[in-house]
Amino acid sequence: MTAHAHAAHLETSTGLDNRKLAIWTFIGSECLFFASLISNYLVHKGRSLVGPFPHEPWTSPSGQHFEPILEIPLVTLGTALLLFSSLFVVLALSGAQRGSRKALLGWLGATLACGIFFVGMQVYEFTHFVHRGLGFTTNLFGSSFYTLTGFHGTHVTIGVIWLATLWVDALRGRIPPHKSLNLEMAALYWHFVDVVWIVIFPVVYLIK
Amino acid sequence: MLLRTAVRRPLRLVIALCLLTLVLVGCGAEHYPQTTLLPRGDFARIADDLLDTTVKWALLVFVLVEGILIYAIFRFRGRPNDPEPHQTHGNTTVEIIWTVVPALILAAIAVPTVRAIFQTNATPGQDALRIEVVGHQWWWEFRYPEYNLTTANELVVPVGRTVSLHMGSADVIHSFWVPQFAAKRDVFANRETRMWFKAEVDGDYPGQCAEFCGIQHGRMAHRIRAEQPEQFQAWVAQMQTPGPRKPPAADRLYAEGEKLFTAKGCVACHSLVAVNAPKGMLGPNLGNVGARSYLAAGTLKNTDENLARWIRDPQSIKKGVLMPNLGVTAEEARALVQFLRAHR
Amino acid sequence: MATRVLEHEAHPAAGHGEQTGLWSWITTVDHKRIGILYGATAFLFFLLGGIEALLLRIQLGSPENTFLSPETYNQMFTMHGTTMIFLAIMPLSAMFFNFMIPLQIGARDVAFPRLNAFSYWVFLLGGLFLNSSWFFGAAPDQGWFGYANLTSKQFSPGLNVDFWMIGLQILGIASLAAAVNFFVTIVNLRAPGMNLMRMPMFVWMSFITQVLLLLAFPVITVALFLLMFDRFFGSSFFVPAGGGDPILWQHLFWIFGHPEVYILILPAFGIVSEVLPVFSRKPLFGYAAMVFSGVFIAFLGFGVWAHHMFSTGMGPIADAFFSLSTMLIAIPTGVKIFNWIGTMWGGSLQFRTPMLFAVGFIAMFIIGGLSGVMHSSPPADLQQTDTYFIVAHFHYVLFGGSIFGLTAGAYYWWPKMSGRMLNERLGKLHFWLMMIGFNLTFFPMHFVGLHGMPRRVYTYPEGLGFELMNQIETAGSFVLGLAFLVFLWNIYKTSRGPRNAPADPWNGATLEWAIPSPPQEFNFAKIPVVHGRDALWEQKRQRGGPLPEPARVSGQGIHMPNPSYWPAVTAVGVLAVLVSLMTLGTTGVPGVVAGVALLFLGVYKWAYEPAG
Repeated sequence: MTAHAHAAHLETSTGLDNRKLAIWTFIGSECLFFASLISNYLVHKGRSLVGPFPHEPWTSPSGQHFEPILEIPLVTLGTALLLFSSLFVVLALSGAQRGSRKALLGWLGATLACGIFFVGMQVYEFTHFVHRGLGFTTNLFGSSFYTLTGFHGTHVTIGVIWLATLWVDALRGRIPPHKSLNLEMAALYWHFVDVVWIVIFPVVYLIK
Repeated sequence: MLLRTAVRRPLRLVIALCLLTLVLVGCGAEHYPQTTLLPRGDFARIADDLLDTTVKWALLVFVLVEGILIYAIFRFRGRPNDPEPHQTHGNTTVEIIWTVVPALILAAIAVPTVRAIFQTNATPGQDALRIEVVGHQWWWEFRYPEYNLTTANELVVPVGRTVSLHMGSADVIHSFWVPQFAAKRDVFANRETRMWFKAEVDGDYPGQCAEFCGIQHGRMAHRIRAEQPEQFQAWVAQMQTPGPRKPPAADRLYAEGEKLFTAKGCVACHSLVAVNAPKGMLGPNLGNVGARSYLAAGTLKNTDENLARWIRDPQSIKKGVLMPNLGVTAEEARALVQFLRAHR
Repeated sequence: MATRVLEHEAHPAAGHGEQTGLWSWITTVDHKRIGILYGATAFLFFLLGGIEALLLRIQLGSPENTFLSPETYNQMFTMHGTTMIFLAIMPLSAMFFNFMIPLQIGARDVAFPRLNAFSYWVFLLGGLFLNSSWFFGAAPDQGWFGYANLTSKQFSPGLNVDFWMIGLQILGIASLAAAVNFFVTIVNLRAPGMNLMRMPMFVWMSFITQVLLLLAFPVITVALFLLMFDRFFGSSFFVPAGGGDPILWQHLFWIFGHPEVYILILPAFGIVSEVLPVFSRKPLFGYAAMVFSGVFIAFLGFGVWAHHMFSTGMGPIADAFFSLSTMLIAIPTGVKIFNWIGTMWGGSLQFRTPMLFAVGFIAMFIIGGLSGVMHSSPPADLQQTDTYFIVAHFHYVLFGGSIFGLTAGAYYWWPKMSGRMLNERLGKLHFWLMMIGFNLTFFPMHFVGLHGMPRRVYTYPEGLGFELMNQIETAGSFVLGLAFLVFLWNIYKTSRGPRNAPADPWNGATLEWAIPSPPQEFNFAKIPVVHGRDALWEQKRQRGGPLPEPARVSGQGIHMPNPSYWPAVTAVGVLAVLVSLMTLGTTGVPGVVAGVALLFLGVYKWAYEPAG
């Protein structure tokens, strides 16, 4: 950020841009949102009256057999890509700040690709689960799993849309270095969504 | 002028309020059958003792602080042209004092509080009389496993023996409240909650549901009757004798009522047997309905007219109650009253 | 219109951006106009909630009364609570946040003027939506606390609970957006020299309130989502039959609900801390202690929620923990009360109307605080909870506290906001009627509660001894109603008089009194520089007397944000999305899609619109 272009923002009491501070504030608030959702998941963990269950097989009274429903390898891949996308968005931001349109477009594109893969993975996972007998109201695990990962997925989707509009902006050359804050805000949000997943992933998929 | 009246009036108001307080307290708790201030059981006594402790401290603080405030109002009232008062910004010593002193007062409340918390949470001994309490929209079911008895809306307990209440709900959250002997505890459909108390004197007292539970929360009262051990045993014996009290061989009205009780579908929701009564009935057990003092969970005095009114038109008396209007004629109601009255 | 130019020879009018007309109000992003919108709307809702209260009191005026049917009574007390909390006290505080925070910190506007407009429109639509339930005969009837599992589809099949949870969800969005805005405003837009420990106490308490809003509202948002899923899609989070747990709702609700209490009272603390020094002519006693006690109260506020749940039987350890943490809150609260009295001590007290309300606030809040200590003790609370004792307690805190404080603020800042002085005699009449009416209404509730009258009952039988005290309460409530009629008359009467308010009618200590009443759109022609606490007193002291009446200036060259209607459009989008979920049965997925599309349109146009 160059000083002359953003003189107005340097007038703030903290020297931080208002919008950046607002994003941080919003993220602080969102922490409580996800903390509540994760608590809700943990409270209902193991309380489902019927299967299918996340980590244990289950045979219904009518004799139908259900394998443990979670498929960890695929989600691990999605998790890894989401983590990498955090790195990519940092590189994209660095590109924007340096004025390197190529780096900006490339790394932002990579971020977007990871984000889209993650959302796609979740859509696949959800439909697959439904086919295997776990609907939203099948049991408490279903309700709290879809609620928690669904809200996270919604956040990822919003992030993807946000980053996509920025990518289009970047393509039109509308993110010069002194406007890199536009990307920085989206990046902060994106990191947050990542960090939340780092909590959700072990809570839902790894802890039995 | 205006300034002076402005500071005198609060003093008058405070005096008036204190007088009002004294009048209201002075009225005496005995005029309030549902009062929490006249404990007649050990659990309620623990709560009341704690209240006394906190009220004493609170009154002291109240008089002191409001007194200082009123003093300040009088002492430091100024006029617009007075010189600027001395500009103080604080005083560390007094600030420490008024942080520490309240902390000490709170400690004086906290110690007996924690002790009482553990007392009230203790599990009663094996010899306690176990009573199961089930909240329903909008009435209370009481079961005595020791005697195989079930009754509704009138809890009968022996004086001098601890009763251990094991409580649940058939639907939403209610709160079972025995203000004279114990206190209140919420009841849930998915967990058992407990409360215990030992009645110290006999008597017949009102209580009522204390957690909002739907349209008729206001009409979900019950009675608590504490009886001397021998009377209590007599009540148990009476309850355990099956069937109506007066052999009704010649009573045509009674026989018609008995038929109607089935024909009108009353049996679908109400059981007439107190011993080994079926669980999970929608309506109150009517095993001793003829002897109860109130109908419909404290809604009406249990007179023949009221019972007939209730049978004919429960929805206008207690709108939303789960008992529908069954199209009972005045004549039929008379027969049903005759039949039910015999169940004592 | 409060921002219309003063017609006065001494003050040549400034033409900068001053507009009138309905459209200018819909598109306004001026924090002062938005403040006035908040105030006017919230006051109307306050009157509505007051009328609801009077109807409740009529019903309880005699035993076995049939003035209100049971379901109407249940709707009435639910809407009274919900209205007073979410549609009256919170937005009345928001009125002062909006109007006063930028002025007190020496800023030209809030950090995000359009977001500010958005908050207001969402609040307005949420309030109207909630109250529209009356026209469907389906006003919420499950209590403002909406305990599960009474709220499940099985036990509340109607639209009543839907209106409530969607309405609250909408209002939560308004509160969160406003909280982000004011948080950033206070952190970032302070005038040069105004470091944190020089901020006016109202700004401090408002700042803490924003933090509470940011941390508490997400929890109720999640709880409401879970309830929505239970009701709309058939999950069982709170339904025992499906393995869910109604107590979870209580935890989530009170983790939000207890900080919410401080959200309601802290702004009043701030107002009183402004009024007392000015009318004692002496600085606030123990400024630092006031700040830190506020912070401490807010912090502890997150660790006491389960004291609302002692009767659920949580066991001795939890009971003891939440009991002791609750008692701890009495210490910082006591510190505040003593510091207020310390402020008056040795002062030269000027009993103008704002001061009367501020002193009334202290006197009444002490009572509310003491009764609070009484039920911090679980065994005693097991008798008191869900009785009128609790009703008495929280009305001493929320009426004797918040409303007295907000009324003090209204009389104090009225000249600044409207340019007109309120009538002192009518103000004093208002105060005395309110003081007497309030105590008549709520003091007997302590006794009727301890004597066994439960809350939320639509009637009570004869013979329990409740008659006399309920009659006194009902009579008192009408005195209270009369008090606010006097206030309305005062507003009406003075609004027909001249714009007579000087810039600094009370010898104020803070920056808002340095500029004309009402302020011009840009607030400060020149951003002030602050050298200490009580910045304006400091200036006057240096000058050795009162400052000259500030002139209205043209404001040429001062850059102010453009008006915009996209915040209002986006607010309609928010409403449309949430309502489409409620009407899923009839409008189906297309309804949701239309709502989301409108929301996205609003956000997109807003994001790419030049802010000015």
